[in-house]
Amino acid sequence: MNVNFKKILVANRGEIACRIIRTAHDMGIKAVAVYSDADKFAKHVRMADEAIHIGPSPSSQSYLIIEKIIDAAKLTSAEAIHPGYGFLSENAEFVSAVEAAGLIFIGPTVNAIEMMGDKITSKKIAQEAGVSVVPGSKGAISDIQKAKAECMKIGYPVMVKASSGGGGKGMRVVEREEDLELSMQAAMNEARSSFGDDRVFIEKFVQQPRHIEIQIIADAYGNVIFLGERECSIQRRHQKVIEEAPSCLLSQETRMAMGQQAISLAKAVNYRSAGTVEFIVGADEDFYFLEMNTRLQVEHPVTELVYDVDLVSLMIKIAAGEKLGIKQSDIKADGWAIEARVYAEDSERGFLPSIGQLVEYKEPGLEKIRIDSGVQEGNHITMFYDPMVAKIISYGPNRIEGIANLSKALNHYKISGVETNIQFLSAILLDEDFQSGNITTNFIEEKFGGKFVPLTPHLELKKKLLALSAAILMPVFYQSYPEKQNKGQNILQISHEEYFLADWNYFEGTHIITIDNVQYEVTGQVTKSMSLFTGQVDGEDLSVKVSRVFNKIKLVHGPYAIEVNILPSKAYDVIAFMPAPNLFAGALKVLAPMPGMLTKLLVSEGDILFSGQQVAIIEAMKMENSLRCEIDCIVDRIHVTEGDLLNVDDLILSLSEK
Amino acid sequence: MQTNTEMLEEKRAQARLGGGQSRIDKQHSKGKLTARERLTILLDSDSFEEWDMFVEHRCIDFEMEKNKIPGDGVVIGNGLINGRPVFVFSQDFTVFGGSLSETHATKICKVMDQAIQLGLPIIGINDSGGARIQEGVASLGGYAEVFQRNVLASGVIPQISLIMGPCAGGAVYSPAITDFIFMVENSSYMFVTGPDVVKTVTHEELTADELGGAEMHAKTSGVSHGRFENELDLLVNVRRLMGFLPLSNASPLPIVECDDPIDRQSETLANIVPENPNVPYDMKQIVLEIVDDGEFFEIHKDFAKNILVGFARINGCPIGIVANQPLVLAGCLDSNSSRKAARFVRFCDAFDIPLLTLVDVPGFMPGLAQETGGIISHGAKLLFAFAEATVPKVTLITRKAYGGAYDVMSSKHLRGDINFAWPNAEIAVMGPEGAAKIIFRDAVDNPELLKEKTAAYREKFANPFVAASRGYLDDIIRPVNTRRRLVNAFEILKRKQLKNPPRKHDNLPL
Repeated sequence: MNVNFKKILVANRGEIACRIIRTAHDMGIKAVAVYSDADKFAKHVRMADEAIHIGPSPSSQSYLIIEKIIDAAKLTSAEAIHPGYGFLSENAEFVSAVEAAGLIFIGPTVNAIEMMGDKITSKKIAQEAGVSVVPGSKGAISDIQKAKAECMKIGYPVMVKASSGGGGKGMRVVEREEDLELSMQAAMNEARSSFGDDRVFIEKFVQQPRHIEIQIIADAYGNVIFLGERECSIQRRHQKVIEEAPSCLLSQETRMAMGQQAISLAKAVNYRSAGTVEFIVGADEDFYFLEMNTRLQVEHPVTELVYDVDLVSLMIKIAAGEKLGIKQSDIKADGWAIEARVYAEDSERGFLPSIGQLVEYKEPGLEKIRIDSGVQEGNHITMFYDPMVAKIISYGPNRIEGIANLSKALNHYKISGVETNIQFLSAILLDEDFQSGNITTNFIEEKFGGKFVPLTPHLELKKKLLALSAAILMPVFYQSYPEKQNKGQNILQISHEEYFLADWNYFEGTHIITIDNVQYEVTGQVTKSMSLFTGQVDGEDLSVKVSRVFNKIKLVHGPYAIEVNILPSKAYDVIAFMPAPNLFAGALKVLAPMPGMLTKLLVSEGDILFSGQQVAIIEAMKMENSLRCEIDCIVDRIHVTEGDLLNVDDLILSLSEK
Repeated sequence: MQTNTEMLEEKRAQARLGGGQSRIDKQHSKGKLTARERLTILLDSDSFEEWDMFVEHRCIDFEMEKNKIPGDGVVIGNGLINGRPVFVFSQDFTVFGGSLSETHATKICKVMDQAIQLGLPIIGINDSGGARIQEGVASLGGYAEVFQRNVLASGVIPQISLIMGPCAGGAVYSPAITDFIFMVENSSYMFVTGPDVVKTVTHEELTADELGGAEMHAKTSGVSHGRFENELDLLVNVRRLMGFLPLSNASPLPIVECDDPIDRQSETLANIVPENPNVPYDMKQIVLEIVDDGEFFEIHKDFAKNILVGFARINGCPIGIVANQPLVLAGCLDSNSSRKAARFVRFCDAFDIPLLTLVDVPGFMPGLAQETGGIISHGAKLLFAFAEATVPKVTLITRKAYGGAYDVMSSKHLRGDINFAWPNAEIAVMGPEGAAKIIFRDAVDNPELLKEKTAAYREKFANPFVAASRGYLDDIIRPVNTRRRLVNAFEILKRKQLKNPPRKHDNLPL
């Protein structure tokens, strides 16, 4: 059977729908998009040849409804359906329905999805297929001698875990046999007091764990190859943030071993289409099976760049019954690719989702940069779907250059209207441990904790950014003079306490700024309305994102941000008399940190609260977020009622000091 | 023996010290600047020319003759803001608490007279405990002299009042007549009677801030047009505001270079107004997308937030913007928003600042509170203001224009020069639901039929085409092209010359 599709339906939205439509068009195949109310003007709808409306905005009423997708395919005479990732992509019921409707599912078989979809079954099949799984005692263990023997088999370090454990209670890492007995006792005691159940078991403790996954592709005729690995250790709460191929940890030997195991597993379930076998890998390259994803992964582009393949095209061909045209021996990695996921989230507020309109959305037009995005300027980021805006993928001959290209591209990626994690991504890329490849899945937690606040630039960069801000702000400051001004003196104020006197001279295309007796030259296009500066400061190339409103400017470069206010030079002598901003005032209000519905109000007027007490819950993007007060206080007034829809900074409570 | 030159220097030094170092320190400790420091920040460097530094009061009662300070509590003169001349007076709280004596008032009148005669703006900085009680009625007379000049200057030169300390009793009426009042958070207040008197008369116990602080006047009374974090912030923003204003009603508008492309297309604009006509959106987003550099100097930001007013530039030329704000009260016109917008429109008209009106208005606010509050008169003010305005008037209907509010919002019928609508606009007597219920009374109890009739009405009137077919709209424009179309509109209207019939003055429904 060799089918050449004329038309396929893409049962997804956002960047992955756009990415699949692109390949379909490259292959001369027409693409049908489906969309919900919220996506009427979305990029994937504009890109598609036809688009079918499938219901209200919540995905449970649109993208997740099997009948609607199949009806849309029938209505448009699409022959096959590509599910993308998420939504129905790993839903066996959906695949059955597609096939029952006489359509072709661009993906694996129902059987493979079912077997790999179940954690216990998949682990069992993996073990039988010779894939390494985390070694450990088969059941609870209490006898110390048996435990010692078990540990000898597993190899130290080991983890003693409570059978009914959770939250880190009843867990002990044991490095040496001498410590085993005491640790086991301690774990059992803790387990008994915490859970009323002192059973414990022993498992291999993977030190400095990394997440490394193998991409496989298989046709319907039993041919399976693997396309190297992707390292996805940079995660925040199990959400991947940065992925790369190859992994700087793996030796060729380990890579081949992992690849062979992945292939065995694929063969064991008669796998077809693209799939990914995920492993947890320790510092000494010991690797253990986690799970298999029976779909195209979000991070597939890094593999595509390094192996010069189009995985979507291969998936379509395989679904159409073609044989895999490439052999394992044809496969060769070249260079390095790194992907960063751009999320609409407010990293300063603990990475809460940020919704709104993309008032400005400009992708970097740079070489060796691929952007897979699902949005256009003017689109709205809504609370209905995943907050990922785009993936930005860089390529380079080696890791260092790949990182440098990505850093540069992030500096040219201008998004306003919603908060994004772009500065956070820059901070990761600049981290020394990241750059030297010294990473684990705990990287973000250890380095950043629960939030990221843009960094204050070091003095040298600060002065350069101040010089740039002077070059932009001073012409604005003097713009309404009857004669055009080309020099001036002003104060550049960063904060209540920090301000500088700066002189500005403009001469033949160069702004010369003097701060603290040091001259800085700013060259390149500087305009009042610009949002991205790409020029030189002090002879050095610098790309800086600019947001200016009247006398105030915010400059962003990499993970650094600086806000500058321009004042008349004479203010220098009196600035110190201005009252410091009342930082406490903000603590006496509880404001909505994000748009969403107030689902619970946990206090009443007159209540006495302690610092950190939970006061209300806001639901946004299907997530419950609790709001807390920052100081010991009394509830003065409640300004909202349960069920209210709130915008960012809407006043919920006013408080007074206790 | 001292030469006259030496004496001059000594007298100047004495005058500059005002009420003395300890009072200056006290002023500073409250986060306040001195009268002269404020002028130094407000005006371009070294541009201040001071007058009447040596004037002293002539009061001889209560031993006042022994207590004289050169300047008598107010600093006057002229200087430059952005290279353009202005007259200023600045009350000095360190001298007799900034209290107004006869000579103090005479000094203020002197600069006001000059400002009117020379056609230059006047900026007054108020920081005064009130009348110089020792002088009695002479002080009261002084106030009235100032009021009279404020009135004569109104509409001739821009008058701006900066409240940077107390401003109580009769003193409030000079700022009240001026075009704009700005206040400083936590350090300025205005009231006709202070907390002590209020307590004895009405038994209300209130703080000065509650009775007349910057927040109250910005949000509730609307007496103040803006409030700022601190004095520097206020002074810098007043410099910015001056960049939008002509020097007088006979002077050209200050044009600046514009590097924001005049044909800039905006996909963002096309996606701001939600499809569902009942879902609110932020009109300010539209303003920011249209104008040069996204810069909008908002007036009355915290008051009557259902309407936006303020200054911006289009292709470098200042314009005044009046825009319904669907985010607040669905953008309804009520008493406060009508008063707010009417005063702004009249300011712009007086100083030949072209007007851009953005319309999304479901009508006038219904209810007893509005009717008893006199919405008929207040709404009429806005209607009157738009109708009498002779400046270039460009109107854009972004969504709803219903009923009488359609007429009021700078419609074609009120001599709108160029009236645009976006394709999704609905121009009708009322919303389709309400209209269908009235026209098809029989259908009221039949939901199916009512739905059908509503749809029919929507089909017929909930679009801009009927209005366009009558020429009430000059064109229906695509949102992405709005900036270019507005630039062209204001450009062609630069030639506009229109005069109202001669009369003593109009009779605005006050």
